[in-house]
Amino acid sequence: MNKPEPSASADSAGLPNGSGAAAILAAGIGSFMVALLAIAADNFTSLKSQLNFYKPSGPLSGVTTAAVVVWLIAWGILELRWRSRTIALGRINAVALFLLGMSLLLTFPPIADLF
Amino acid sequence: MEITARSLWTLVHGMGFGALYLLACSGVLVELCRRYSPKSESPISPRDERFLTVYLIAMAVLAWITVLTGTYIIYPWYRAVAPAGTVNLAGFPQMLLKSSPDTIGWHSLGMEWKEHVAWLVPISITMAAVVFARYGRNLRSQPQLRAAVLCFTLTSFLAAGIAGFFGAMLVKNAPVEGGRVIHLMHGE
Repeated sequence: MNKPEPSASADSAGLPNGSGAAAILAAGIGSFMVALLAIAADNFTSLKSQLNFYKPSGPLSGVTTAAVVVWLIAWGILELRWRSRTIALGRINAVALFLLGMSLLLTFPPIADLF
Repeated sequence: MEITARSLWTLVHGMGFGALYLLACSGVLVELCRRYSPKSESPISPRDERFLTVYLIAMAVLAWITVLTGTYIIYPWYRAVAPAGTVNLAGFPQMLLKSSPDTIGWHSLGMEWKEHVAWLVPISITMAAVVFARYGRNLRSQPQLRAAVLCFTLTSFLAAGIAGFFGAMLVKNAPVEGGRVIHLMHGE
């Protein structure tokens, strides 16, 4: 006879959304950093050479590594601050989705080349 | 029938990891839209919840493998610089594309967009996997969390689609070739 499986997660009451909010906002920040650093590396020669972490891949290696590091640091800090709190998620979502939308637009070369 | 090592890597990166990611996206979008909707009344068992958690983690792993192989294995072959005086640019895809006004757009728009937009995919889907692993069925009663996970997953699908499309067109116009030749089978 099969035993009933235990519940995998707690009820939503008492489960603060802070952890989720931290992950969402950090993902928006990380995505935006990819676009921002790519544009910055294109415009500043010194930054471009500094971001050349792995020569065969060129500045792309530094742009993406730096963006991932910023994303993880932002996530860690926000997680520590918000994990046990309930956050007004509407505003966090709006900011994160704005950053995500901007990163999609700013990685598009005809728009990136405007800067 | 033979294939070069570089072609094989490109195939594994695009048709293996990338295409599999795109296929997996449709499944998770349907699950999140239907089963985890606040309006849905069908029960979600812990087994269903575990399945989607593992599914999302597998997608995140796929996304990371795809961008890492693309950036650190295939991209260096793509942007290799030909020695001065080289006439045949077949082994130097970026230079080959830039050598003609008919193909330069595949590099200046296609590759320039693909190499950056692809990195939004692992960031977005890792977030979705972690949030789902933490909240699971509770996303039904946290519609704003679910909406954010859905939007980021949808964006990752779009970004992977852009990268996949341009990847396919780049391979069509200037394939990454070279390296050891692998004999797959002998023809009759």
